[in-house]
Amino acid sequence: MEQAEQTHLEVTVRRGDADGGKDEVFRVPAHDNQTILDVVSWIQQYSDPTLTYRFACRVGMCGSCAMMVNGEPRWTCRTHVNKVLDGNKLHIAPLRNLPVIKDLAVDMDPFFDKWVEAEGKHHPTKTRDDPIEQINPESAERSEANAGIECINCSVCYAACDTVAGNPDYLGPAALQRAWTLFNDAKNEDKQTILDAVSGTSGCHNCHSMGSCTHYCPNDLNPMAAVAGLKRETAKSFFRRRKNA
Amino acid sequence: MLDLRLYMAQRISAMVMAPLVLGHIAVMIYAIQGGLSTAEILSRTQGSVFWFLFYGLFVVAVSIHAAIGLRVIAHEWLRLRGAALSLLTWGIGLVLLVMGGRAVMAVTLL
Repeated sequence: MEQAEQTHLEVTVRRGDADGGKDEVFRVPAHDNQTILDVVSWIQQYSDPTLTYRFACRVGMCGSCAMMVNGEPRWTCRTHVNKVLDGNKLHIAPLRNLPVIKDLAVDMDPFFDKWVEAEGKHHPTKTRDDPIEQINPESAERSEANAGIECINCSVCYAACDTVAGNPDYLGPAALQRAWTLFNDAKNEDKQTILDAVSGTSGCHNCHSMGSCTHYCPNDLNPMAAVAGLKRETAKSFFRRRKNA
Repeated sequence: MLDLRLYMAQRISAMVMAPLVLGHIAVMIYAIQGGLSTAEILSRTQGSVFWFLFYGLFVVAVSIHAAIGLRVIAHEWLRLRGAALSLLTWGIGLVLLVMGGRAVMAVTLL
């Protein structure tokens, strides 16, 4: 073997709560195949049972295990240690831009409240008594809606967003992408309500198109393009309304 | 800190400025051929309705554009909000408008 095999990782974990915290270092056995979530679980199971963190599915579907790893937001269950290791060191911290509850668990409420604020909820065109509407999967509108449908609400994009960091009221990439998906959904009516919801002082127009959301999205979605779409449609509606006024 | 109205105002003022910037630079390159003097500039601009409108529009667009741009920076970097932020936005806009307006009038009015 060219490189000396490392038997242990030096893992620094941010511990604390809303009032502040401090870093704590743990020595964790190194394995060939190991995710960041495995490392955190090892610490909780074998070193310090008081370590608080959050996970559920362990296969990248539920979106609950995101954390900052070496300063970058990641879904920890699908992030291999080898991919992000700095020497033999790891730094694991709670997600950025959200209030810490304890240790690695953040309060996701502000994140989900903004989904609702951006009208990221279904506004049905029909009732349950109507026949099911046929949707052409090839249509441009449907393709646009499909592009953002695989969002798992992990908040990695929200943690990556420097605009949220500077402007805490900003709705953020995930909520706006949801709004854009629904805007393009033929089974969702009241499109102007969505455009109005994303046009306020905390809306899509605050985005600086820095692209961290798209860069870090673990599902390779493109929230930046969705926000650009909303900017385009709101601008059109701005002129439309002037004309009709 | 930008709603749709401010966003549109900043985008439209940018679109107004784009051709004016090009015109301004082109005139600068043309005007300095064979030296540059106050008399030469004033002979071109004084009493000219065209240059009054050209730079008058430029000043209005700059005042709107810069005030909104600095508003965003003041909010994100200095955490300014509410009345203080509105005051800063209007203050910057008005100062630029008055200073620019005075300069335009000084070189175009007879």
